[in-house]
Amino acid sequence: MSTAQSPVAPSTGKLVIAWALVGVPLAYGVYETLTRVAALFG
Amino acid sequence: MGWLDRERTIAPPGFNRWLVPPAALAVHLCIGQAYATSVYKTALVKHFGASLTEVGVIFSIAIVMLGLSAAIMGTWVDKNGPRKAMFTSAVFWASGFLIGSLGIFSHQLWLVYLGYGVVGGIGLGIGYISPVSTLIKWFPDRPGLATGMAIMGFGGGALIASPVSTALLKMYDPNSGAKGWVASGESVGKLFLTLAVVYLAYMMFGAFTIKVPAEGWKPAGFDPTKVRAASLVTTENVSARNAVKTRQFWLVWIALFCNVTAGIGILEQAAPMIQDFFRQPDGTSLASAAVAAGFVGLLSIGNMSGRFAWSATSDVTGRKRIYMVFLGVGALLYTVLALAGSTSTVLYVALAFVIISFYGGGFATAPAYLRDLFGTFQVGAIHGRLLTAWSAAGVAGPLIVNAFLDAQGKPGALNAASYQPALLTMVGLLVIGFVANLLVSPVEARFHEPHAGRVRSEEPALEG
Repeated sequence: MSTAQSPVAPSTGKLVIAWALVGVPLAYGVYETLTRVAALFG
Repeated sequence: MGWLDRERTIAPPGFNRWLVPPAALAVHLCIGQAYATSVYKTALVKHFGASLTEVGVIFSIAIVMLGLSAAIMGTWVDKNGPRKAMFTSAVFWASGFLIGSLGIFSHQLWLVYLGYGVVGGIGLGIGYISPVSTLIKWFPDRPGLATGMAIMGFGGGALIASPVSTALLKMYDPNSGAKGWVASGESVGKLFLTLAVVYLAYMMFGAFTIKVPAEGWKPAGFDPTKVRAASLVTTENVSARNAVKTRQFWLVWIALFCNVTAGIGILEQAAPMIQDFFRQPDGTSLASAAVAAGFVGLLSIGNMSGRFAWSATSDVTGRKRIYMVFLGVGALLYTVLALAGSTSTVLYVALAFVIISFYGGGFATAPAYLRDLFGTFQVGAIHGRLLTAWSAAGVAGPLIVNAFLDAQGKPGALNAASYQPALLTMVGLLVIGFVANLLVSPVEARFHEPHAGRVRSEEPALEG
């Protein structure tokens, strides 16, 4: 029998930490790359 | 180690499925380092007194091992669940760096081949496919978005590893301030040790965060009958063993192979290519080394964002249609690039950006395409087998481009016209891929799994 579950977060803090752990390094990488890309339009 | 078993990772009621994408990203961001090896390539050439080709073999072995291990271990990954797979991948990936560092410190290049290439490559393959099946089961309503998020990480991993590795090499090498500095072998060895520790920790975070949905789980408001109504999308299931016997699997294999081969053709040659395209009659280029580096960076962003954007879009358009765009529009853009790309740098950069976004999109959309055709039953294992197309393209793409360019002249003396034969060959490949994709039709019922008598761990997510 199918059981529909609501996607409501039981622990928002856990969610924020998990996304920050991957999001912050990724944002840093994108930022560093964009500074190199700037040379293309400079 | 029972705590790694699939049964121990079943999500409790109320578990937030949005915790799964960061777990998947944690693994893909780490293994994406494979595309940042150029940072220390010159240092290894100098350290080992080897040729560029001999050092380049390290990366080639890793990519071949990725395809082989994904194909061979796919069924094991589906059976044992994502936690055990991610844990295994983390151990292999970190061990690869440790063995590689031993090879660097002891001046044994073969140890780097064995470590980073073979052992690390196995970690790459298992890590790449480990979260795919789980994501598809958590997001039956948006499989393209879910797998796009994870596979975007593989493109993003290089964006992080590249500047971090450069900074660490400078920190570890006391001569880093010298003019014309090339990092010492010792500093690369220390970099490998550092990456082993950091990646192991990050991937363990992914392994211990990921959970599989309980049997019969579905997201609130999700109606499987709507999925069934879409053309090409099945709610039946096909085993990995049967999938490779179908025409559909090989048509998608050809489509992916053609798309990847064409993309690699540009990626491999990105920096010299832009300089050659804008080479003046006196031999100088309008594109400086800094501009070429910026172009490579822009392609990395295009590759990464294409993985997410196109894969997410495929949830709306359907997988077959988006592949028609990758291959059909890609062929048109490639033709314009070959024939008119040298008329304007803006045109050239814009064309290359979109083409590379299609390259990334092809990778990220593939798992959802397989889900549509073969169901969720062993989609991870089928995806693993499909990735042999990547390995084959990794060999074919550079071979095609380099063979044509070698025939046109020596590096530094090439211009836009020198690239036309290679680029127009890629157009031909994309047309073949387009036709293959066009021929994809629903899988015949004789390949479907019977509905009764399946063991619990193999029960498809959408049934219950």
